[in-house]
Amino acid sequence: MLNRTRLAAALLAVGMAATACTGGGGGGGGAGAYPRNETLYTTGTQWGPPSNWNPIMNWTYATGTVGYAYETLFLYDPLADEYIPWLAESGEWTGEDTYELRLREGVQWSDGEAFTADDVVFTIELGQMDSVPYSNLWNWLEEVEAVDDHTVRLTFSEPRHQEWANWIYMNAIVPEHLWADRSEEEVSSGANENPVGTGPYLYETHDEDRMVWAENENWWARDLLDLDVKPTYIVDIVNSSNDTALGLLTQNDIDISNNFLPGIDRTITGNPQITSYYPEPPYMLAANTAWLVMNLERAPMDDARFRRALAHSIDMQRIVEGPYSNLVEAADPTGLLPNWDDYIDTALVEEHGFSHDPDEARSILEEAGYSDTDGDGMVETPDGDPIDLTIIVPSGWTDWMEAIRIISEGAKEVGINLNADFPDDAALQDARESGDFDMLINNERQISNTPWVYYDYLFRLPIQERQTTVNFGRYENEEAWELVEELARTPVEDREGMREIISRLQEIQLTEMPAIPLWYNGLWSQVNNGTWTNWPSSAEDTPDHMPTTWRGYNQLGAILTLTEIEPAA
Amino acid sequence: MWRYFGRKLFVYALTFFVAVTINWMIPRFMPGDPVRSMLARASVGNAEALEAMRAYYSSLFGLDLPVWQQYLNFWGSLLRGDLGTSVWLFPTPVSEVILGAVPYTLGLLVPAILLSWIAGNKFGAFAARGRWLDNTVLPVGYLLTATPYMWLGILLAWSLGIVAGIFPTAGAYGFALQPSLSWAFVSSLVLHWFLPFLSLFLVAFGGWAIGMRNMIIYELEADYSSYLEALGAPRRLVRRYAFRNALLPQLTGLALQLGTIVAGALLTEIVFSYPGLGNLILEALNNRDFFLLQGAFLFIVLGVLIANFVIDVVYVLVDPRVRVQMQGGAA
Repeated sequence: MLNRTRLAAALLAVGMAATACTGGGGGGGGAGAYPRNETLYTTGTQWGPPSNWNPIMNWTYATGTVGYAYETLFLYDPLADEYIPWLAESGEWTGEDTYELRLREGVQWSDGEAFTADDVVFTIELGQMDSVPYSNLWNWLEEVEAVDDHTVRLTFSEPRHQEWANWIYMNAIVPEHLWADRSEEEVSSGANENPVGTGPYLYETHDEDRMVWAENENWWARDLLDLDVKPTYIVDIVNSSNDTALGLLTQNDIDISNNFLPGIDRTITGNPQITSYYPEPPYMLAANTAWLVMNLERAPMDDARFRRALAHSIDMQRIVEGPYSNLVEAADPTGLLPNWDDYIDTALVEEHGFSHDPDEARSILEEAGYSDTDGDGMVETPDGDPIDLTIIVPSGWTDWMEAIRIISEGAKEVGINLNADFPDDAALQDARESGDFDMLINNERQISNTPWVYYDYLFRLPIQERQTTVNFGRYENEEAWELVEELARTPVEDREGMREIISRLQEIQLTEMPAIPLWYNGLWSQVNNGTWTNWPSSAEDTPDHMPTTWRGYNQLGAILTLTEIEPAA
Repeated sequence: MWRYFGRKLFVYALTFFVAVTINWMIPRFMPGDPVRSMLARASVGNAEALEAMRAYYSSLFGLDLPVWQQYLNFWGSLLRGDLGTSVWLFPTPVSEVILGAVPYTLGLLVPAILLSWIAGNKFGAFAARGRWLDNTVLPVGYLLTATPYMWLGILLAWSLGIVAGIFPTAGAYGFALQPSLSWAFVSSLVLHWFLPFLSLFLVAFGGWAIGMRNMIIYELEADYSSYLEALGAPRRLVRRYAFRNALLPQLTGLALQLGTIVAGALLTEIVFSYPGLGNLILEALNNRDFFLLQGAFLFIVLGVLIANFVIDVVYVLVDPRVRVQMQGGAA
């Protein structure tokens, strides 16, 4: 008996030792712990063990790969609406079709090599591979050449100003001297272990449930821009359940959580140490617009009057206060994010906007000929066909599930037979792309430098057999698409010209209503001020950057947050 | 003897083949395309660019081939020890992803199964004696064994983790630590390990304790016990014989319970955000990562089959009747 217990203890010890041995992962070397007051703990981006550090794979790279390690030519700060020269010192259109980039001198890769124009040319030319996400750049770019060590000249076959302004801050530059010999497979699907970048952090180690970055002592911006990232270490923790994330945050084991935590408003108002960007509703900055996408190839969604009636039936206030407990804001009728306020044509919104008004919805339906002919309380089409529609969101997205229940109730109240359904996410994607749905909610397009991305999302033509990225409702309007293309060619500095085109687009959008803007999904971000303070907030004396670790947001100025936070006294 | 093991091995091989085939089929019958799920998260603005990437990745994963060919290729590479590449954790090979997670799962499972079995049996046998213990152990045991793993896990995490603050509720070791053979690291590892282990241990413990207690009572009423007692054998000796006999069904029970305990471990890992196969399987499902799912289930099937085989061998060793029978059959 005693022997067996001993055996069990021995087995236990072996088990533990095995765990300890394989726990090493990248093998950071040195023993000991990261000092709490020099380390920033983050979570909310990584859903599984860090698996690659390849900036080309922009949907799966380990948290911080772009931003901490690899950097972009510019940053774009949506809150200030300005482009911040980063690896580039300046960039401008020197002719109708030519653009010239002036690169910063004195920037070094973390292996000591100098950063030069060749790296930029190389990175752009990687787009000639089909499997690189920005391969379509070469549909309108003709040539890129290094004029000298720090000047790059691009010649475009079609100068799409807006898209180019987007490209220069979204895509990270990779080192030619290390990447030049890589095959297409290595470039677009290699893990790129031990990333060599220009950024403020170096790869330290990773494990099943974390990614660790350590400060790069030789970061160029220290001398050239007088900037300094404050945390010596960043430990990004793989997402856990909401309860766990909230627990870690309140116990000060995590400094910043970028998870959507339902009910976090109570913690923010009740615990002075936990804060978010706004101290009052909506608490969070807006990150994207959630749209109600309707399949315009199906009746009765092909009727603009029906779509308008539906828009008037949605009780947004109930959604905002219910499932979101005021963590989001109802969207503007144009769907443009608050940082694009400048582009909203308020007179048009005044005239064609909509709000929750069941009576108005009923009267629009009646005028358009939708009436209840068979007496079941639900309207039929003008031809007398019964209406039986389904709105879908992915199963398990509880906030969206609750929201479409409210939308369905509102629609039924005005006589539209609309039911909620929750298929599996993968099945929903399939339905969305092939056009096999009635209605769904989608928020693909994120905050960015130009409203062009939203009009591209709404109006892009031609309609393909599978609509994979945009225009899921299959709305066809040549005039609108021509305007979007014209907008794409308008220089980003030409605000007046942009506004003019956008206002014409808004008129089409508001009267035709190809999709209904619902609410602004938040840039979920809650911070604990126990170890690090001076987080971005709406207060006067704090910085105004994006407080997030999400992929694609370091380029939107989130990296600057790290230069502003301060150790708590 | 060899015929006995030969037959067993054949059954195991057949089970393995069927189970692996089913594991291969099930994810492929679910709606959704792994490459599409993966690229849905990519910020690719342009539909043409996305289409090019989709074609590229589909051929990379071999998903553009006819289904029968995919199946043959699957067996081909499996026999070469290649489990493919994870879609979700692209481009990590599945074997690497699983090897990273398995030590944690085994570190939970092996001690939980062995300790709960040993302790449960000891305790059950002990309790079968006294009235007072019997009256308390029985209801507590029933309560424990009927508790869903996940629920007990949540209770433990909430009470001992959040409210009492004794144990951490996430991760495998402190997020501030680097793996090393230092006291701080090992103690952190044990602290993080303890609650998930405890929830697995407690549920299984209740089951074994009840089973043993019932078996002992049954054995004590058997003729050989009465005969021994009539001969004037000491009480301890009688109980020892009873315990040995009662252990056999418990051993069979262990073989049967393995699958349930493994499933429980997966859920427990999710509750405690403990790295291991559980979290992997959940995310692999959500991301339609066929290859990772296949690999994880393959590992579980293999593990359960091997454990069963070990129990078969142990059974032969501990049950003289089986041994005699087999020798008789061989002779």
